[in-house]
Amino acid sequence: MMDLKELYQEIILDHGKNPRNLRKTENYNKDAKGHNPLCGDKVHVYLKLDEDKKVHDISFEGQGCAISMASASIMTDLVKGKEEHEVKEIVKDFLEMIKEKDQLNNKILEDNEKTKLMCLSGVKKYPMRVKCATLSWHTLTSAIDNTQQEINSENID
Amino acid sequence: MNIENIKKQFPIFNNKVQNNDLVYLDSANSSQKPQVVVDRIYDFYTKEFSNVGRSVHYLAVAATNLYEETRCLMQKYINAKDPNEIVFTKGATEAINLVANTFGQKFLKEGDEIILTELEHHSNYVPWHYLRRSKGVQIKFAEINSEGEISLQSIEKLISPKTKMIAITHLSNVTGAILPIKEITQLAHSKNIPILIDGCQGAPHLKLDMQEIGCDFYAISCHKMYGPTGLGILYAKKKWLETLPPYQGGGGMISEVKKDGITFGDLPNKYEAGTMATAQVIAFAESIKFLNQIGIENIEKHESELTKYGEEVLRKNNSVKLVGSPKNKGSVLSFTLDGIHAHDIATILDEDGVAIRAGHHCCQILHDKLGLSATARASLGVYNTKEDIDKLNESINKCKKIFNK
Ligand SMILES: Cc1ncc(COP(=O)(O)O)c(C=O)c1O
Repeated sequence: MMDLKELYQEIILDHGKNPRNLRKTENYNKDAKGHNPLCGDKVHVYLKLDEDKKVHDISFEGQGCAISMASASIMTDLVKGKEEHEVKEIVKDFLEMIKEKDQLNNKILEDNEKTKLMCLSGVKKYPMRVKCATLSWHTLTSAIDNTQQEINSENID
Repeated sequence: MNIENIKKQFPIFNNKVQNNDLVYLDSANSSQKPQVVVDRIYDFYTKEFSNVGRSVHYLAVAATNLYEETRCLMQKYINAKDPNEIVFTKGATEAINLVANTFGQKFLKEGDEIILTELEHHSNYVPWHYLRRSKGVQIKFAEINSEGEISLQSIEKLISPKTKMIAITHLSNVTGAILPIKEITQLAHSKNIPILIDGCQGAPHLKLDMQEIGCDFYAISCHKMYGPTGLGILYAKKKWLETLPPYQGGGGMISEVKKDGITFGDLPNKYEAGTMATAQVIAFAESIKFLNQIGIENIEKHESELTKYGEEVLRKNNSVKLVGSPKNKGSVLSFTLDGIHAHDIATILDEDGVAIRAGHHCCQILHDKLGLSATARASLGVYNTKEDIDKLNESINKCKKIFNK
């Protein structure tokens, strides 16, 4: 029950129920799709970067469990306004934290933002659910890199 | 039928799973194994092992006899006319691929039509899709009604002079709908169309009589019948097995091999190329005996009472929506919970030792039709009890609490 409480913290439930930025950015200039074929979860991330490569707007469309919706919601909230290289650093840091590290090490996010993001770390005790938390992040990377390839959660670790 | 006694025959229930008593509600996915089956695999490997059909030494002859004994037991279990109508495969998936591949090769050409239903498991769609690509055949899907059933009419509507095969499930692994397969077979045969039944969910739960149903092909998954993994069965009428070309080539399935040509062996070897899942086949005999001992009629009765009880309990729980409400329903209870995704349900239930499945259950066509990306599914087996259903319901209530519903 402790683990469950950690997994389904208030903030996760809130973002899961009322995801922020769940829409489609107008005039987006980068986007990518992600898909988890095992459970059918789908996400589509839209980015609008301005001339100096700052995230002017980010949004997502999709459907999935509380964890995946909350993760995408928090992600979009936190990377808005950041520069492209900063976004990449945050993504890398988040994925490393979910995989193995105890904390976030980037110097970009404020402490309160890191605390918010750490709420997703409860998923570490549920190996089958890690992909729910990481799908939108991998998809964001794919959008930034303009790979034009759909992220398939079965093909990433 | 004393269920406590039956449960005791399954060693998995003697152990805690993450400190919980196991409430196993995932038998449509795969069933647990009785001790006799586990023991049989151990005994065979420790005392009796040999490859079958190849050598003349004592163990090889004994193993071959045991292997063939399972074939005969299965023949009787489903009342096939001839033991050679039973082909061992690696699973129901391979059984269906075998038919699609060989039937397609021999009989299908561009523009021919195959009828499936919206209830089909990917195993009974993807193999036919290959023919769409390689041969240019068309696939038509018979539509479900609002109860999640497939009627005779929904199939009849789609039949045309170009229809060359009807391939349908016996029992939906999502809505639980039991299809009128005998009537559909008669309909198919009245138009000279062969019919394949995906019997994965039928065989573990319903009395089967191939001669009465009359179907041409019936695919079975042994791991859902209290048997080992890596094993399935294709029942096929002898005339088909004699007419269709071989599927895989290799040792054991040939008659004569020369540099300039090969002749193939007779049934049943023709379709069993290479070393088969010998231990699994031999242990599967114990699964059939186990089922026979309880009696399939008793199993049907027990599971149908339990399903009714489950439907009642879940209907009373006001946030639960059952997926489909077929009149003739097998022991599958798929559901959604308002505002809670199936994966979250499964994780929370798992914490209480309640094992269910969440997702599309390999039925994306159906989930798209229903407008659902995922459902939660509790499916029953011979070892389940009313207490299991009550625990399921309690855990569902816990989900609601966590999500403030
Ligand atoms: C209806 C149905 N068809 C086919 C299959 C595939 O069977 P197998 O695992 O034996 O290949 C399953 C099992 O998942 C099933 O439920």
